[in-house]
Parts: sequence; structure tokens; C-alpha cells
Amino acid sequence: MRNGFLAAVAALLLASGVSGAASAADKLKVGFIYLGPIGDLGWTYQHELARQAVVKEFGDKIETTYLENVAEGPDAERAIEQLVRAGNKLIFTTSFGYMDPTLKVAKKYPNVHFEHATGYKRDKNMSTYSARWYQGRYIQGQIAARMSRAGVLGYIGSFPIPEVISGINATILGAQSINPNVKVKIIWANSWFDPPKEADAAKALIDQGADIIMQHTDSPAAMQIAAERGKLAFGQDSEMIKFGPQSQLTSILDTWAPYYISRVKAELDGSWKEQDTWGGLETKMFEMAPYTNMPDDVKKMAEETQAAITAGKLHPFKCPVVAQDGTTVECKGGDHLDDGQILGMNFYVKGVDDKVPGK
Amino acid sequence: MQLVLEKRAEQSTAAALVSPLVAIAATLATMSLLLALLGKNPAAALIVYFVDPLTDGYSLQEIAVKATPLVMIAVGLALCYLANAWNIGAEGQFLIGAVAGSWIAVKTQGTDAGHWVLPAMLASAAIAGALYALIPAIGKVRFGASEILTSLMLVYVAELFLDYLVRGPWRDPAGFNFPTTAEFDPVATVPVLVEGGRLHLGAILALLAVAAAAVLLGRTLKGFEIRVVGAAPRAARFAGFDPDRAILVTFAVSGALAGLAGIIEVAGPIGHLQPGISPGYGFTAIIVAFLGRLNPVGILIAGLFLALTFIGGEQAQIAMKIPLDVTKVFQGILLFYVLACDSLILYRFRFISKSPGVLRGTG
Repeated sequence: MRNGFLAAVAALLLASGVSGAASAADKLKVGFIYLGPIGDLGWTYQHELARQAVVKEFGDKIETTYLENVAEGPDAERAIEQLVRAGNKLIFTTSFGYMDPTLKVAKKYPNVHFEHATGYKRDKNMSTYSARWYQGRYIQGQIAARMSRAGVLGYIGSFPIPEVISGINATILGAQSINPNVKVKIIWANSWFDPPKEADAAKALIDQGADIIMQHTDSPAAMQIAAERGKLAFGQDSEMIKFGPQSQLTSILDTWAPYYISRVKAELDGSWKEQDTWGGLETKMFEMAPYTNMPDDVKKMAEETQAAITAGKLHPFKCPVVAQDGTTVECKGGDHLDDGQILGMNFYVKGVDDKVPGK
Repeated sequence: MQLVLEKRAEQSTAAALVSPLVAIAATLATMSLLLALLGKNPAAALIVYFVDPLTDGYSLQEIAVKATPLVMIAVGLALCYLANAWNIGAEGQFLIGAVAGSWIAVKTQGTDAGHWVLPAMLASAAIAGALYALIPAIGKVRFGASEILTSLMLVYVAELFLDYLVRGPWRDPAGFNFPTTAEFDPVATVPVLVEGGRLHLGAILALLAVAAAAVLLGRTLKGFEIRVVGAAPRAARFAGFDPDRAILVTFAVSGALAGLAGIIEVAGPIGHLQPGISPGYGFTAIIVAFLGRLNPVGILIAGLFLALTFIGGEQAQIAMKIPLDVTKVFQGILLFYVLACDSLILYRFRFISKSPGVLRGTG
């Protein structure tokens, strides 16, 4: 009985595999897996904007499909495989937690190409891509140091992973380049998106004396609190100026469109290859929202820093970098920390008044 | 003239048979209307939702994979609920089971431990789940603490405990500080049933759980005891059945099943321990238990059906660009109609002339 069932399943699998191959369309099908609902701002929304840009760029030559709100747990592998089975030949999986599921599906379907955001595992048909957001955070640190009267910055962290830790460090290093005595207070929301928690964190930080709110979380809740309390703040992922017209100094904008367009183009002309892309301001992997609510000289400073980073003249992690415990960090990248050190960053630099969680 | 809902003297057998059909028909009608309003062809969309996933082997496998933890947990919950013991914390027992099993996997990682690893993981997960479920059960029988509250609270304790482990002691050393353990070794992985597929041994265990529960409830004194304790506690005492013992036993069994489901999910489809291993299985299973009318076979059908709506919903997103929210609305509508129609088994509509005296008795 059981063997009969297995045989039937196997036969169906074979049959569906054959029919799937036969019905492949002429258009290139491009799939996207989104972490959240699309909404109208935030991480997933920025990926959706890039998808729309891809559609606009290539028009009839491609067909795109997305699955939204795919949890980073047991459902992810199935969702990715569903896109493969629907004939998608290039699939973008847009969150870190899709790393292992993407790898599993990639091994199973060697003829489909995968693009995984912010991960570190790759394969012959699986690329990774991410942005050097720490560059933007360095600029924000400088602005914050200039704009803060109290000299206390409030920072809402999401998860203590290297990307977030390096963002905190870049912020401090930027701030210290202006005012060596600047302090940063950190509250961990333990979430990428939790508006009530983010709002509470912002309130607590302001109550502790912070007059600039920075965040590595996704919602505009902190911006709204800053606006209510007459404080200044930085947006995250998306333009958040409408939530704090008098508060937003700038925002790090995820702009995936240039990368997505280049990868779809590569797929179309057959030049797609596995690669690891970690782009910054120089490749427009992210952008800074307009500098607002600050005097002209601060704005000028920010623009100059941005230009210097873009031109490769300034590196936020230029040596020497001194860790929290006073030791100088080994300088593996010539005159700055190398990419491996930044990607695996698990220590605070001197001046952070906190302990790396779980350490 | 006024319409009132009146309790039937006896359950209506006809209504019991017709009720699910009415519910499904009403759901389909409402969905068709909704889809038409969205500008989609209702017939085509409903075929994508319900028929297409049943016509190819891949989707059938995925339905079984999705249904496995739901069915396994719901079977245990049904035993609890029949005994009038309200275990709302299966999610926590699921997580603790996953943690206990993963402990063995993490500790034997990279060693040449043999094939005893997986059975040991399954056993420890079941034991840990049972012990974790016994906390609210003992609180209930010893101190009269509401098991609804305590079992629910323990979900968050389990979540944070798991979180601590994967961010701290069990973190993958090569994982760039991301909160996950290393991938489990092959001997610590639940084997798949079809080469290249995702259907795993857990599906068989879920079926065994259904069969065992069906036999227990239908054919054994223990099953009778559970049902009597739930339905008529006083009568149960006269018969010499101990309600406290029934609570302890049903909680332990449902905790064990939830724990087992937890390690199977981690050592099967996921392959490592991480936060977010459960998209709310423990809570969805409560719905599955009631959709299946607390009957093991009913639960199997309900679990498969709910899984079908998930898979179909994804395919509808891909094939017809129907937003995920429509799928969620659709699941909500279905539950609404099922529960609404179920009340017709116990109640009936009656037209009466206006008279406040009669209204009072309708409850």
C-alpha cells in the first residue's frame, strides 16, 4: 500500500517535471520573495520599488512574480521552490533568513539563478548582494554630532548581527570625528519591524537624555515620536520625511533598482555569473535622502563627507580603529579594516556605552 | 414575528452531516464574489486554489509537509480539550521539544556519533514537551491556576529561551554572529521519504499519532475516561475516574506530541535551530483541532485542508497575482462559516411572535 503510494507520488513528480519544462515561456521570468507585506515603506517596499523599476526597464521581455510575507522559517524553501516550478529563471530572495532555503533550492535546480540579499553562502548558481550602509551611518554620525545639543545620541538596534554592530560603530566613529565626547545609548528592539516597541524605545531614549534618534529598524514609529517631542531623527530604508517634516535629518534609502536591472540584463544576455556584490555610495547600492532640518554648514559638511566616501578618499573604518576594551584592531585592509572584518564585526569601538549582547 | 436561535433538544444528525457542506458552499460563494470584485475570474481562481495543488505530486508532498506539524499537535490538543483541559501553549511545547532535540544534535555535531542520534533526539523532544506541558497541568490540579493563562505564558518563556540559545551558546561559530546553529549532521536529520522531495518521516509519525488517538478514544477505557471527565465531571467521579489524573495525562500526551512535532520540523525541513522555527503552528493547531471537531480523523482532514489553502494561496499569488491577503481573508471566512454552521447542529432557527418572556430563555 505504502509502496504503491510512493510510486504514485514519484510518477506524478516525474510527470509534472516534464510538463513544467515543456510549458516554459519565451519571456524571462523573474521571481521575488519578500519578507513582509509590501505596504508603503520599509525594507520590502524598497525591493518592490526595484522590481517595478525592472518591469519598467525591460517591459515585455520579462515577466515578474513575487510572493510576499514569506516567513524565514520552514515555509521559505517551499515558497522559493514554487517560484522555480512556475518557470522563474532568476529569483531574488530578499532577506538574510532565506539563505539556507535558497541554497537548498539552488542545489536542486542548477539551471535556475538565485540572488540572495545580505547573506554569505554562495554557489555556482547563487549570488549574494548587499550594501555598505555603514558609509551612510558614518555621515549620519557626523550630522548627529553637529546637531545634538546634549551630545547624547539614541540608537534603536534591531538584532546584534554584524551589519547592525558595524552600523553602530560607523555612527560613533563619524560622531567622534566631530566631537570626541559624544555618547550613544542603545536599545535593542529584537525585531526588524515592531512599531509599538520602536516607539517605546524612542521614548525611553529621549527620556534618558538623547536628543537625536537613530534606528536600524523598519517602521516610522521612532520618527513620529521624535516629531512629537520636537527632537531630530534619521529615517531608515525609506524616505520618512512625511512622518517628521521638522525632524528628519536624512534617511538611508535602499535603492536596489540599479543592481536588479543589471542582473536581469545579465540574465537576458547570458552573461549571468555567480558573484558577491557589496556596493556602496559609489555604485548607488543605497542613497541618502535630502539633508533637511539642518543649517547650511552642516549640510555642506555632510555633502562633502558623502563625496569623499563616494570617491573612495574616506573610509569610515580607517585605521587605527580602537575597540571598546582599548586594544587597537588589526588593520587587515591596508589603511582601513578589510571587508571580512566589517562583515563579521562582533565588537564595539571605543566610546560605545553598551555591551554587545550575547558576548 | 421575530427570529430566534433555539437550543435543540437533541443534536441534529442531518445538520451534522450537512453543516460542513453548507459552510464550504457559503465560503466558495463569498470567495467568488470577492474574486469577481477584484476583477479575477472566480472559477479559474478557485481551481488554482483547490484543484491544481491536488493534481501534482510536488504540491501533494508540500501539503503533507505543511500539515504534518499541524495534525500532530492538534491530535494531542483534542485529547486535552475532550478532557476539558485547555492547553493553549502547544506552541511553547513545540519550541521546547525542538530545543531539547537540538541539544543532542548540537552536542554530537562533527563527532562520529552513529544512528542512535535521531531516535534520541525524537525521544528527548517528546519527553521535554511532556514535562513542559506538565507545568501548567500541575499548577491546575495542585493550585487551581488557570491552565489557559499559564500554558499561554510559557510560550513566551520558551520563545525567549530558544532565542537565548541560538544567539549565545549554540550559535554557529562560522555563522558571522547570526542567530542560528550550524546545519545538523546527516545522522541528526529526519530522512525524506522520496529522493529529492521534502516529504519526510514525520508525516508517517503524524499518521501513527492519528491512528493511535483514534483507537485510544474509540476503543479503550482510558479514552472513555477522558471523554467522561470532560463531558460530565460528576459522573466521572462516581465512576471512579480521577479528573486530575485525566488532566495530567492529556497535558503530558499533547505536550509530547507538540515537542515531537517541534524536533521533526527542525531536524526535517529546516535543518538547524533558529528563531522563528514555527509560523504559529501551536496556535493554528487549535483551529485545526476544532475544525476537525476534536476527532482524530477529522483533524487529519482539517489539517490537510488548511495546508491546501496555504499551498493554493501561494500558487494563486504566482499564477493569478492574487494578493496574499485574499488568502488570509479566505481562511477567515472559512472558519467563520464552519463555526456558524456548526451552531446549527445544536441550535435551530425559529420564528416567534414578539414576546419578551420567550427571549430570555434563548441563552
